[in-house]
Order: sequence, then structure tokens, then C-alpha cells
Amino acid sequence: MKFFYHFGRYVLMMRDMFSIPENYRMYSKELFRQMNGIGIGSLIIVGVISLFVGAVTALQFSYQLGSTFFPEYMIGFIVRDTMIIELAPTLSGLVLAGKVGSNVAGELGTMRISEQIDALEIMGVNPQGYLVMPKILGAIFIVPPLIVLSAMLGIFGGYLAAENYGISPANYQKGLLYLFDPFNVVIMTVKSVIFAFLIASVACYQGFFVKGGALDIGKASTRAVVFSSILVIFFDYIVALVMT
Amino acid sequence: MIEVKDLKKSFEDKAILKGISTYFEPGKTNLVIGTSGSGKTVFVKCLVGLLQPTSGSVFYDGIEFTALSNREKKQIRTKIGMLFQGSALFDSMTVEENVMFPLNMFTNLTAKEKLNRVNFCLERVNLVGANKKFPGEISGGMMKRVGIARAIVLNPKYLFCDEPNSGLDPQTSLRIDDLLSDITHEYQMITIINTHDMNSVMGMGEKVVFLHQGYKEWEGSSQEILHTDNELLYNFIFASEFLKQLRKGITNSTPLIKPDK
Ligand SMILES: Nc1ncnc2c1ncn2[C@@H]1O[C@H](COP(=O)(O)OP(=O)(O)OP(=O)(O)O)[C@@H](O)[C@H]1O
Ligand SMILES: [Mg+2]
Repeated sequence: MKFFYHFGRYVLMMRDMFSIPENYRMYSKELFRQMNGIGIGSLIIVGVISLFVGAVTALQFSYQLGSTFFPEYMIGFIVRDTMIIELAPTLSGLVLAGKVGSNVAGELGTMRISEQIDALEIMGVNPQGYLVMPKILGAIFIVPPLIVLSAMLGIFGGYLAAENYGISPANYQKGLLYLFDPFNVVIMTVKSVIFAFLIASVACYQGFFVKGGALDIGKASTRAVVFSSILVIFFDYIVALVMT
Repeated sequence: MIEVKDLKKSFEDKAILKGISTYFEPGKTNLVIGTSGSGKTVFVKCLVGLLQPTSGSVFYDGIEFTALSNREKKQIRTKIGMLFQGSALFDSMTVEENVMFPLNMFTNLTAKEKLNRVNFCLERVNLVGANKKFPGEISGGMMKRVGIARAIVLNPKYLFCDEPNSGLDPQTSLRIDDLLSDITHEYQMITIINTHDMNSVMGMGEKVVFLHQGYKEWEGSSQEILHTDNELLYNFIFASEFLKQLRKGITNSTPLIKPDK
């Protein structure tokens, strides 16, 4: 029962965010502010994690395949595909669920408790439109490029680790080009857009409807992170099921 | 004119407002008074539609506000200015950006015109030079005044102030009262002010509505308060012995009611 209540309210929030902006300049300014916050703000953590995940993937596979007859260049091939299909979108998705999820829920929760959302409403501004939509749109615009970057950094991390392990750069590069299926990039993009939407909208929902005090803002942030992480993994599975 | 008809508001089964009817005229300072927790904030929030009344209706110049759709409410709200009890400043913005926000959102003025207007409003609330500070860097009383500046920046037709001078020193408080009554008369605004500051009540109360236990216990002007025979009102306004003596000095009469029972 509770689920339907929340889901219904979530859908209504989404519906209410579509209205003609009171002022396009202010809305686009807010959109860019959000893209900056979500994208630039997550660059370092996503970058560092991707670099190391790529490196670890290369290392582990090199180690496990080392004693078999697999050709060396397979490492490049494996790192490329696991990064693109799975690791870049899913890991970045989880990292962003933590960082963006708690951030957005906290910001909106604070605005709710301190009546800033009411203040917007009284001015005649649509709070869903001005606060929620730029966050969701901003995430949808900025997360896919972030995930492409994550994949590239992962592959580069793999390159460094493989070279360090003794695999020739030429072979790694050969592997990178081996049996490349552009459809995998489509899968990655679809995943990134879905994850971006889920993370931002769930966090907005949790923050927007906070009731109570400062303590409840913390709880809402935690819920935003937990729910969006679970949804990221769940939809990872769904996309894999549907698209492969 | 804002008219309130039999307004009721309950939270779950706890009744806060139990049927309030009154009206507020333009060009007059209307005060809503009552003890802490008597429902002043709830009352004002019902008037502007932040809370949905359980029953009853509110009319803005003849239009039944409580029956409007969200989109139609938005039309009226662009003419409303409101100061929240907790100021409700946007804390990601500076003082200047806060006051400028409604101008940015709803006008096509040039940057210079907007800045002039902002500075004019900041000056009226005695806050020159605080433009670049963030809400987190100024005092509670200053935040209140920024909130007032933001509420009046668009010259609203309807102005709601929830305790504009709680937390201010008597002098600044007086200045804010003067400002509110000046602009009310000057622009013929409909101004509704929640307060429990007796200076404000006696100094600017052209119409005073006294809420008590969910009902409108009394209404009238501040002059009438001096001669009231309403025991609850008398005890609420002239709470201290000092004020009782003061009243006696002014009116040269003992109250009709027996003070403090
Ligand atoms: N959202 C809410 N849910 C439940 N009860 C509420 C809610 N808002 C207010 N109340 C109750 O309504 C009553 C009146 O509160 P209100 O804030 O209107 O008082 P007030 O007259 O503004 O007091 P003060 O002078 O201290 O600001 C209080 O008892 C409060 O507990
Ligand atoms: Mg109050």
C-alpha cells in the first residue's frame, strides 16, 4: 500500500514539473548550475574509480589468463568490453547514486524544511518546474558524457596496468580494436540515460517531500542513496535482459 | 479586499482553526495577534494556499481563491509578497540575489534597473551594504529584513508578514513597522501582519484580529483595545503590571473587567 502512495506521489511530482517556465533565462541558468554541480562535481571521484577499475580488470585477467594459451591481445578486448557494457555505467551509476543522490536530496530537503520551496510557490514560481526539472534534465545531459569518459579512463587504466604487467602496448591496442561492436556503446548510452534519470528523480522525490526537521533530511538522503543504488542495479539487469 | 469565510483547519483530528470569518481592507495595516501556538501562521498559510483549509473559503477581491486550480492560483500569487516566520531566504544566493530573484523571474528590467530597485528596498529595511553576504553570514534579524525586502520588491498588491519584527531591537522594529505602514498607505496594499509585539499592535494596528483557541475572539482597532472589556484580550495585551499601569495612565480609567480575575 505504502508503495502505491509513494509511487503515485512520485508520478504527480513528475507531472507537475512540466509547465511553461516563468522565465526561460532563469530556468536555463539553473539547468547549467545543476549540470555543473552534478558533472564537474563528480568528475574526480568517477575518474579515479574508473582508472583503477580498468587497471584491476586488466591485472586480474592477465593473471588468470597468463598460464593458458590465450593470446595477449585478449586483455585489451576484455577490458574494453567489460568497461563499456558493465563497469563504466554501473559503477559510475552507483558512485553517482551516492554522491548526487545524497547531495540533491539534502539540498531539496533543506529547502523544504526552511520553507524556501514554499517561498518559491508564493512568488508564483512552480517549484517542481524550477527545482526538480533542471536537476533531472541536468543529470540526463551530463551523466552520459561522464560515463563515456569513465569508460575511456578505465580502458586507459587497463593499458597502464597491462603494460606494467608486461603486455606489449601494441597487443593491448590490437585487442582494443578486436571485434568491436558499436551496439555496446548504444547499450552503455541507454544505461547512462536511465541511471541518470533514476538517480536524479529518486533523490528529488526524497528531498522534495521531507517532513519534520534536520534529522529527517539526513534520513531522506540515506533513502535516496539506498533506493537509487538498488534501482541502478535492478535496471542494469533489465537493460541487459532486453538489449542483449 | 480579502475576505475569509468560516475558515477551518485541522491536522488529523486536531482542530487548529475552528471557523474564522473576517475581512481585510486595502490601505490598512491588518494585524493578526494571538498567543504562541494559537494558529497565526496556520491562518496566514491557509490564506495564501500553502495549507489547504479543511473547510471555508478565502476571497481575493471577489475571486474565490480556495476554489482555484493551481495554475489560476499562480496568477494571483504573482501579486502576493510574503515574509515567512523563518525568513526562508534562498541560502545558495547572496542577499542581493535573494531580493533580485522575483525581479529576475518576473520582470524584463535591465540589470541596472534591477540593482537600483534592490538597493532601494534594502535601504528601506536599513540594510545598506549587505548585498554580497550570504544568509548564513548575517544575523536572524537581518535575515528577517532581507525577507521583507524580497517580499516588497515587486510592489505586491497583497502583503503577508509572519512576525516581521520578532528578534529585532525596538528601534529597528519600529522602523520596520513604519516601513510596512508607509507602503501599505502609499500603494493601497492589503497588508496582513502576524505579531505578538505590543508596540506594533498599539502603534500601527488599524485593524486587529485576536485569535484565541481557534476562534476569532475579538477584532477592532488599537484604540479600541485600550478600552476593551474583553478579558482575554486585556490580559493578552496588557500582560505585565507595567503595561497595565501605562494603559491606566493613558486612558485614565480602570478596566471594566476585573484584571487577572
Ligand atoms: N503541519 C502541521 N502539522 C500538525 N500540526 C501543526 C502543523 N503546523 C502547525 N501545527 C499546529 O498548529 C498550532 C498553531 O501553530 P502556528 O504555527 O500557527 O502557531 P503561531 O500562532 O504561529 O505561533 P507562534 O507565535 O509561536 O509562531 C500548533 O499547535 C502547531 O502544533
Ligand atoms: Mg507563527
